[in-house]
Amino acid sequence: MKLVIAIIQPYKLEEVKEELYKSEINLITVSEVLGHGRQMGVTEVYRGAKETGNLLRKMRLEIAVNDNYLEPAIKAIVKGAKTGETGDGKIFVLELKECVRIRTEERGPVAIG
Amino acid sequence: MVNAGDTAWVLMSSALVLLMTPALAFFYGGMVRRKNVLSVLMQCFIIVCVLSIQWVVIGYSLSFAPSKGFWGGLQWLGLNGVGLEPYADYAGTIPHQAFMVFQMMFAIITPALIIGAFAERMKFSAFLVFTLLWATFVYDPLCHWVWGMGGWLRNIGALDFAGGTVVHINAGIAALVTAIVLGKRSNLDKNVPTPHNMPFVVLGTALLWFGWFGFNAGSALAANGLAVNAFVVTNTAAAAAGLSWALIEWLRNGKPTIFGVCSGAVAGLVAITPAAGFVSVIPAIIIGMLVSVFCFIAVTVIKPLFGYDDSLDAFGVHCVGGIWGALATGLFASRLVNSAGADGLFFGNPKQFLVQLAAVGVTIVYTSVVTLIIYKLVDLFIGVRVDEKSEAMGLDLTQHHERAYTVLE
Repeated sequence: MKLVIAIIQPYKLEEVKEELYKSEINLITVSEVLGHGRQMGVTEVYRGAKETGNLLRKMRLEIAVNDNYLEPAIKAIVKGAKTGETGDGKIFVLELKECVRIRTEERGPVAIG
Repeated sequence: MVNAGDTAWVLMSSALVLLMTPALAFFYGGMVRRKNVLSVLMQCFIIVCVLSIQWVVIGYSLSFAPSKGFWGGLQWLGLNGVGLEPYADYAGTIPHQAFMVFQMMFAIITPALIIGAFAERMKFSAFLVFTLLWATFVYDPLCHWVWGMGGWLRNIGALDFAGGTVVHINAGIAALVTAIVLGKRSNLDKNVPTPHNMPFVVLGTALLWFGWFGFNAGSALAANGLAVNAFVVTNTAAAAAGLSWALIEWLRNGKPTIFGVCSGAVAGLVAITPAAGFVSVIPAIIIGMLVSVFCFIAVTVIKPLFGYDDSLDAFGVHCVGGIWGALATGLFASRLVNSAGADGLFFGNPKQFLVQLAAVGVTIVYTSVVTLIIYKLVDLFIGVRVDEKSEAMGLDLTQHHERAYTVLE
């Protein structure tokens, strides 16, 4: 079991979701986050006071997958989120120790799907 | 003779109409995505600044100085000769400058209405140039034709009490041209934008409704029975239209929405605008009930059918509602309400309906052609649309270096 965490451009969310659905990955958690990588932030100006390097809005996706779904998930996220410009985001893959479906108390790979 | 009561009412009405532009800012601002809300508020506020100046320097003269020409005369440039005594041809009981400042507020809100069509994708610099040119070459001449002394639509007897033609059809048709010229917002098919702050839409609607009493009842230019009639039918039509839109949604979509009630109320206010000083209360209910039907069809059937991206339905509500209001004036106008007006079709005067139709036709043709020319010119020199990356990041950050909502603190 793996936990996939992806940071993407907010306006790419719909396309990423669409690609994930095509790969039969339907269970995702999305949160709104702030951050910046190489793209750096934008300069904001409030009554003449500059604030440089401000953080940009990004979307963070968390997807728990069984091992055979890992590559399809990565491919789907890349396909949906890639523009080729800086700021497209990153994908992190973590080992997932355990997964419990609260409703049934099932554990392990069967609880993920 | 200056009448104190009339002057007080017209000054108060001017302030009410001024408030409608910031109200529109919230009405529209709530409908856009949150990355663009400041850009809409900014566009509305800067229009207040730009056109307040344009109006006192050239706009009022080009619109209202007596002339039989394309524009009004030039004799009132810089308010030269526009003083504190009444100018009886427009309003005999209030200072001429009170009439001027009341009309200023209409000149301000009209171009602001067009924002609904280009929201979320127009370059700020291009928007400023466009607005100034549009006010001078579209609003001012049309205003002169309909309301100015010597204006030819006024002379053929077209009735427009508070600006159905000059304000709403005019801005609404310009909005349609805008939506077509600018093209759709990007990613529209994949990422259907939803209003980011519905309470703003409601707040904006409430303030528009409030301000509209100045718009319509103030257009009597006196604190008299006619103003009261306009006040009553304005409220009635807005109420009927808000109710009607909610009922249509209930029947068609299963649930009534607050967005629907707000859209309907604004459509009702638009439709009653040209008629407010000429119709009585029962026609106002009919005008209000029906305008929601027409506007609902415009925004839910016609817009998707033709595929233009009139982002916030400036055409669908203001042009469609305005046309219905102008034609309804030709149907329901009655001299029993306003002896200085005319009878409509249902009161035995079919000719009035044709005159109204002619005024609508002239507005649509003139405004769409000149608006298109202005866009092409501005696009040539400045470029009307922001680049794709800026559009994706939002106009607040890319055009103004500000954001509306912080996430951390």
